[in-house]
Amino acid sequence: MEPWTYAPARESAAVANLQPSYRPFVDGTFVDGGGEPLKTLNPATEEVLAEVGTASESDVDRAVAAARRAYEKTWGPMPGAERAKYLFRIARVVAERSRELAVLETLDNGKPIRESRDVDVPTAAAHLFHHAGWADKLAHAGFGADPRPLGVVGGVIPWNFPLLMAVWKIAPALAAGNTIVLKPAETTPLTALVLAEIAAEAGLPAGVLNVLPGAGDIGQALVGHDGLDKVAFTGSTDVGKEIQRRLAGTGRHLTLELGGKAANIVYDDAALDQAVEGVVEGIFFNQGHVCCAGSRLLVQESIADEFEELLHARIATLRVGDPLDKNTDVGAINSRAQLDRIVDLAAAGDAEGAQRWTSPCPLPEKGLFFPPTVFSGVEQTMRVAREEIFGPVLSVLTFPTPDEAVAKANNTPYGLSAGLWTDKGAKAMWTAQRVRAGVVWTNTFNRFDPTSPFGGYGESGFGREGGRIGLGAYLDA
Amino acid sequence: MTTTVPAPGSAPGALADVARDEVSLRRFLHGLPGVDQVGLERRSAGLATRSIKAGSKMRAIDMAVSMIDLTTLEGSDTPGKVRSLCAQAMRPDPDYPDVPAVAAVCVYADLAGVAVERLGGSGVGVAAVATAFPSGRASLPVKLADTALAVEAGASEIDMVIDRGAFLSGRYGQVFDEIVAVKQACGTAHLKVILETGELAGYDDVRRASWLALLAGADVIKTSTGKISPAATLPVVALMLLAVRDWHRATGERRGVKAAGGIRSAKDAIKHLVAVNEVAGPEWLTPELFRFGASSLLNDLLRQRRTQLEGHYSGASYIGAG
Amino acid sequence: MGNTTMSLSPGGRADDTAGRLTVAKTYKLYVGGAFPRSESARSYPVTDAKGRLLAHASLASRKDVRDAVSAARSAFPGWSGATAYNRGQVLYRVAEMLQSRHEAFVDDVVAAEGASRRKAAGIVDAAIDRWVWYAGWTDKIVSVLGSVNPVAGPYVNWSTPEPTGVVGVLAPQSSSLLGLVDVLAPVLAVGATAVVVTSEARPLPAIGLAEVLATSDVPGGVVNVLTGRTAELAPWLAAHAEVQGLDLAGAPEELAASLERAAAGTVKRVLPRPAAEADHSRVPGTARLRAWSEIKTVWHPVGR
Repeated sequence: MEPWTYAPARESAAVANLQPSYRPFVDGTFVDGGGEPLKTLNPATEEVLAEVGTASESDVDRAVAAARRAYEKTWGPMPGAERAKYLFRIARVVAERSRELAVLETLDNGKPIRESRDVDVPTAAAHLFHHAGWADKLAHAGFGADPRPLGVVGGVIPWNFPLLMAVWKIAPALAAGNTIVLKPAETTPLTALVLAEIAAEAGLPAGVLNVLPGAGDIGQALVGHDGLDKVAFTGSTDVGKEIQRRLAGTGRHLTLELGGKAANIVYDDAALDQAVEGVVEGIFFNQGHVCCAGSRLLVQESIADEFEELLHARIATLRVGDPLDKNTDVGAINSRAQLDRIVDLAAAGDAEGAQRWTSPCPLPEKGLFFPPTVFSGVEQTMRVAREEIFGPVLSVLTFPTPDEAVAKANNTPYGLSAGLWTDKGAKAMWTAQRVRAGVVWTNTFNRFDPTSPFGGYGESGFGREGGRIGLGAYLDA
Repeated sequence: MTTTVPAPGSAPGALADVARDEVSLRRFLHGLPGVDQVGLERRSAGLATRSIKAGSKMRAIDMAVSMIDLTTLEGSDTPGKVRSLCAQAMRPDPDYPDVPAVAAVCVYADLAGVAVERLGGSGVGVAAVATAFPSGRASLPVKLADTALAVEAGASEIDMVIDRGAFLSGRYGQVFDEIVAVKQACGTAHLKVILETGELAGYDDVRRASWLALLAGADVIKTSTGKISPAATLPVVALMLLAVRDWHRATGERRGVKAAGGIRSAKDAIKHLVAVNEVAGPEWLTPELFRFGASSLLNDLLRQRRTQLEGHYSGASYIGAG
Repeated sequence: MGNTTMSLSPGGRADDTAGRLTVAKTYKLYVGGAFPRSESARSYPVTDAKGRLLAHASLASRKDVRDAVSAARSAFPGWSGATAYNRGQVLYRVAEMLQSRHEAFVDDVVAAEGASRRKAAGIVDAAIDRWVWYAGWTDKIVSVLGSVNPVAGPYVNWSTPEPTGVVGVLAPQSSSLLGLVDVLAPVLAVGATAVVVTSEARPLPAIGLAEVLATSDVPGGVVNVLTGRTAELAPWLAAHAEVQGLDLAGAPEELAASLERAAAGTVKRVLPRPAAEADHSRVPGTARLRAWSEIKTVWHPVGR
């Protein structure tokens, strides 16, 4: 008998309500930007989705000025309870339009609809809902009796979680009483612009939220703008360093959420099947385009062979392909540039002597795809163990003792996240205390929640997003 | 049911020595990797999001029908009821003769003869519950006599229950020995061992009980009697599928899993098939290696099948079954 | 320094009288629990507020920065791993030792800052009290900054502050004792370790404090004190990859931005140079404790 295959279960692209063109959102209206329009692509097909107007430097000036006016005239003086209601309202509409947002996100980003539907959009709605409730309770947040907002925030976000990252900046900024100018990533501007539309429909006062599509030059113009009081950046460590340099001596507040090279430590007493799941989720979630991805598997030598066998078998069941197919586990690589980088780093793994294993899963004939890949026999010195690949590529290292596991986990300039797997509680706590990472997932991985602070040690940046501590990054505390 | 018939209580290869005494059996069972509840349930929830459409759904429905142990296990069961069940088992949807027959009819041992007679050479098996089903609270001679009664009546499959009291109090050897003895009493009939997972202490216990049954010679490990809740849940079934997968990795033999109780809808059944496909592997997608123990599931499968074929929702009165 | 009639009377307090020569103190660096001279063998004259020579202080070099960072790095696991209770006791011990040498520090502050004895005594009192204040913080900051977070799922999730690592501190230039304590004590309170570049012109109270630290159960290397030219040492500290935090309290104005730029090379946590030196007499808030804390959030499933 022929094998049972899953027929395509394709989500309807029409649900995305895709428009032929999108425009920057400044001072409460969509405007013609002064920049060259860009064409945003569907990475699964490399076809144009829509034309997007971009901002020029003078648009940045206008947006920052609008944000300043709103901060001084409307949003700043507004009682927190009123600010809260705007955010609650936006949160509700995001939930109501969740299917549309999910499909649009998948079209623009290439991530599986399963993830945009089950993770990105609901987590974004939850983040808005959670922070809405802070707006009239700032005095109880532990930053003094009357903590003040900072003023105008400039936010620059990456392409891996376009809507969620937008919300991670907007929700705490607005809840704390700031106004914001947000630049979405060049390749994924659409959902942030729909969010602006939602905000406008919710009656959010003009200038409180401004969204400026554009490339890196607009990001630079924004973060360097003298009219800002704070910059919040999520993206690569290299760009983060540039921004930190750019803001040196200005006295402006800065939070950075940068790259990572997380270790996922599997001890020999772990619940092995769930550890396999966690390792798979850790690296293949969102095609590995995740700053906190568990890209280094550190497995105890005594179980390394068995674990890798189980891991390969599990990875082979991952379905790579059409991101709109509800059964797709691993979608498209977001851009050709990113695909090239993944290909290059994987080649470096071969060249340095690591053993490459590639999932036998079929790949689509067109579009930007990279198969789930595992490098075994990786040493700490290899590029695949040190550099952030930001793709579906796992490096496997082994360790003989807990001390060495921790030493290897910490042997990186990054420190965003870590995973560890053991059924022994004391050892879990021991390890969690010793890994230098802002988020430690014990016996789980890649969980996110608005109440849970997220952010890194070392070159993974500073400041946290989420929770009470994350809120503090938007207050003059 | 399986293609290989394990000798009672003698596991192959590296596992041969595991059950030589109580101490080594306990050491082995407690040395199995732990099961993290949240992780297992998360994995199961992920499997449940698979969207099975069109041709793959038709295929799944037919597979599910062919894997059913069509069951009646009531104190009020009569020969007449069993005969009508047998009729439906052989020809589930008279309007659609291409619907496959179910795998077996599952009844109490005293009615096995009625089913054997009615099913004749149809290829539909007769499964009989035995060993003081569902509680298992009887002496070993009674359990063996119960088993012998079913086998003599012609049952091709015996569904036994483990002694949960013995298992929960750590008397693994006793549980093992009982399974071995029942397996011997089965002769050529295949043995399904019911773990009654809803009465065990958690997922770690499910894994241990699964291995214990496999080591003792179970052809199939089965979740539940259907008499207590929870019965078959997707996480439990996924975990038992991991056990037979691991048994295969260790021994090269494929043993089966039966999800019994609580699976009433086609949708639920398809989720389980997805789990079989992705957790154990596509080799397990056969009635020899995966079964549903169910009474009302068949009707929903047939209704959904008609909906697929006829393009509109079907109704219970159009399907000739009770 | 053209003064050839040096009295070499540290702190300006002792006179050579009655035919007995006072034993003058040699001021050295404090690195890894020891008091070495600068590896460069350089020193520089330190004068009192009126320009009279007080002593020669070691003129630390970039290699001294390197050694100090290395010592601070080595001391980090032990200090950060100590119990908060223990760190509180050690910091309180510093206050006790400072109290017992109160008069000597008054002399030092009078000499360094040109304050009246009465004012200097108030400064020393405040410095002692500041250690006591921070001693009490060690086992509270985790509760105050930390949280248990009600995530929407079957997980227990908590956040705790952890020390960031090695903090480079450019001590305030004018407040030579209290200002130093104000920036140093919070580093220690959270469990981080420090490399301090003292006030350039007023380094002697800092060396006095180093002597207190050396006898106060503060493990060697937890605090390292360098005297010398701030502008020469600060760039090495700001760029050092094993320094996680940088306090620019006493940074030269013209260097502050470039130090921040250098710090960006390894994404350091930076407390920028204030427009004017802070009023150290005010009891501080938690800003410095927060600055040197990393919030770590741990997730764990809840199940049977």
